[in-house]
Amino acid sequence: MDGVVLALGQGFNGLSVASLYLLAALGLALSFGLMRVINMAHGELLMLGGYIAYLVMKAVPGTAGLLLALPAAFAGSALLGAAIEATLIRRLAARPLDTLLATWGLSLILQQAARNIFGPIGVEVRAPAWMNTAVAVGPLSFATTRILILALSVVLLAGLALLLTRTRIGLLVRAVNQDRMMAAAVGVDVRRVDMVMFALGSGVAGLAGVALGLLGPVTPTVGQSYIVPAFLVVVMGGLGSITGSTVAAIILGVFTAMVQIFVDVSVAQVLMLLLVIAFIQVRPQGVLAPRTRALDA
Amino acid sequence: MTRPALIAMVLAVAAAAVLPFLLGSYDLNLIARFMALGILALGLVLLWGETGILSLGQGVYFGLGGYALAMHLKLSGLGPGEIPDFMVWSGVKTLPWWWQPFENPAVALIGVVAIPGLVAGLFAWMVFHRRVGGTYFALITQALALAFATLLISQQATTGGFNGLTEFPTLFGIDLNTLGAIRGLYWITLAALVGAALLLALLRASRFGTLLRAVRDGENRMRFLGYDPTPYKVAAFTVAAMLAGLSGALFTLHAGVVSPALVGVVPSIEMVIWVAIGGRHSLVGAIVAALLVNLARDRISSALPELWLYALGALFIVVVTLMPRGLAGIGQDLMARLMRKGAAQ
Amino acid sequence: MTAPLLQVDDLVVSYNGFRAIDGMSLALDAGEIRVLIGPNGAGKSTICDAIIGRAPVTSGRIMFKGEDITRLSEHAIVGRGVCRKFQAPGILPTLTVAENLAIAARRDRRWWRNLRLAVPPGEAERVDAMLERIGLADRRDVVAGELAHGEKQWLEIGMVVCTDAELLLLDEPTAGMGPAETARTADLVRSLAGRHTVMVIDHDMAFVEQLAARVTVMHQGKLLKDGSVAEIRADAEVAAVYLGRTKHDAAA
Repeated sequence: MDGVVLALGQGFNGLSVASLYLLAALGLALSFGLMRVINMAHGELLMLGGYIAYLVMKAVPGTAGLLLALPAAFAGSALLGAAIEATLIRRLAARPLDTLLATWGLSLILQQAARNIFGPIGVEVRAPAWMNTAVAVGPLSFATTRILILALSVVLLAGLALLLTRTRIGLLVRAVNQDRMMAAAVGVDVRRVDMVMFALGSGVAGLAGVALGLLGPVTPTVGQSYIVPAFLVVVMGGLGSITGSTVAAIILGVFTAMVQIFVDVSVAQVLMLLLVIAFIQVRPQGVLAPRTRALDA
Repeated sequence: MTRPALIAMVLAVAAAAVLPFLLGSYDLNLIARFMALGILALGLVLLWGETGILSLGQGVYFGLGGYALAMHLKLSGLGPGEIPDFMVWSGVKTLPWWWQPFENPAVALIGVVAIPGLVAGLFAWMVFHRRVGGTYFALITQALALAFATLLISQQATTGGFNGLTEFPTLFGIDLNTLGAIRGLYWITLAALVGAALLLALLRASRFGTLLRAVRDGENRMRFLGYDPTPYKVAAFTVAAMLAGLSGALFTLHAGVVSPALVGVVPSIEMVIWVAIGGRHSLVGAIVAALLVNLARDRISSALPELWLYALGALFIVVVTLMPRGLAGIGQDLMARLMRKGAAQ
Repeated sequence: MTAPLLQVDDLVVSYNGFRAIDGMSLALDAGEIRVLIGPNGAGKSTICDAIIGRAPVTSGRIMFKGEDITRLSEHAIVGRGVCRKFQAPGILPTLTVAENLAIAARRDRRWWRNLRLAVPPGEAERVDAMLERIGLADRRDVVAGELAHGEKQWLEIGMVVCTDAELLLLDEPTAGMGPAETARTADLVRSLAGRHTVMVIDHDMAFVEQLAARVTVMHQGKLLKDGSVAEIRADAEVAAVYLGRTKHDAAA
């Protein structure tokens, strides 16, 4: 019986971790699908969201602060993301490996800037008091914060799905995803689509940053601790697929939580990587993948 | 290669060989350390420049080589039945089974290149034979570097944890802290560096080298010419990892320590920037840049640690966006301009 | 009667439910030149993809020299003697023209056999002969990426022929070529008959006539007609397909 309770509790923790991985990975997956590039400074967009939440909720305490912090973090990270896209990523568009290196450089600079502004030690986001509670279900108890973060990621996913399937920008994104050259040829402003989606993905990272701030201190390297799992989610999810990323995030999140019943965090991390490599043996194209007819895709 | 370039290189090696008579032991040790890192950079030229595979996890193989030797050095200073001091402090009673083979110096020396080679070969084959490459591969290598460093830190009782392995005064019974030993190790490192460079130059000139470039140019095209690109990529990755292991072992000897801080995500990606600065297609450029960047790091980061991180970040961005051929590219352009001028006169 | 060199039986290739090849059968005799035509989306390139192992075959069978090659990997199929030229020139852009040909001309493609510096016997001669044949002898040390478009096409045809594969699949070899270059390409392809079996995909009817070969017409993933150039020209059904192509191709 205790075992069942433990497993259920860890299952919930796993979903909670999965929601964080997913929030961190969504922006990466969106722009990887469109432009085939990964922004290594994506973790610092999370960090920025966390610091914005800290500042807003310091100025405006309570629930109102949280409600203000979410759009502020989204806007702040989206703006920074748009700037990164326009100055760095666009220049290197045809060189995905070089993009990794250049954006890594940016990530170093942003981390050091945060260290200079906010100090090397973490700052605590002051969450509204009602969030520091837990919901008890029988012998289990679920932290309110984690339930909220799960809800936030479900709402975001639904919103993104609607955006991609029901709106004009969504149509354009799907067109560019399928065939960039053809979309450009029929008059789609491909660069604008890139920019808008990159900013959107960055904004989602900002929201993820708020979530991290609610769970623990915001440090200059807070993004780094979630970014590598987020990269693995993108690898496992399949080329820019939102559904694939969601499935991958749930698999990785729940897997890590479950193995932690038996091993410590560091071994769990190794096992997670082994799981990804094992997964590649079975489905190298990812959870979901479009077919391509290009010779060197 | 042109005759003047060849002469310049022979002179440079000769100058490096007499350096021990000109420098004190501290500076000599420092240069030797950076020359050891140059061996790793050479491997990256083969892997990234020639084959087009970006690895963000070379620290793993550097670490495997370093730890393989350090484990032997730790054990060689002990009496029979004794175990390393940090294990005693952690309450470990007997030597773990995976430490035991390293009591044998031959196992340790072979392990320095064989262990990174085996791990890298297996890992690369698992990923490449399923045709996962490019950005995906780079991200997976980074995850491996993170996992490796985290594992080393967490298994403190048997790995030395965050502090790593340190304090090994002797190698095969020779006191490492004498000037003679420092000079000797310097020459060994120089010989290893020159040897590795010659080996790679030969490999590049062989048909194998052309095929590596062909795989970089068009992996699928190669398939439709009847070649399986996987073994070529695995071979390039394995050779680079073995050089990284050798580099790690030599570095450990000079620095007197190997620790997770040298093998994780951040050091691994910094290794790539040496090669980017030197010019990813240039063996000489990689060596020069590994020396220069680490000298600069040594000078700047001790005085102004904050400035160093900004400078490093800016280096990544500027080199990659504005000078993708690195220092070697600038050198080649200069030479070409001089030649044209000479020809015009 | 001897068995055909290549035999495609009732082949189906479908992408997410769309049947790009829908029950196509085809047989090529050794030494024959065959032209494959059809409107856009008829499945001409896809059938090449399927033969060479690039498109996943849903059902049906591909036999080459009596061996089932349907599920082999690309390099294994090429190793058995099939080679293909792609629509977009598939050359290795940072290697020289001679290096491109040498890689194609190499007989032993296992990696450990290529660690030596020396060039295997016969390879240099084959490369030189091919350079002459495709008219790129004076361009041998030029980096292939710097060639003009027509030269790249020639280089790739040269590479494909250099592999000495028995079956050559040439996908639009004259794309982007002028009339003079097209005529030279036709000469080259004709000269391959006998030693090689060649399947050519092309739209250019002038080129097809110069080849004077049997023509197979595909439409919507199926065989439509098979015959001489004159017979195909006179066929009412073929004419209807080409004239009414916009309506039919909406599905593709």
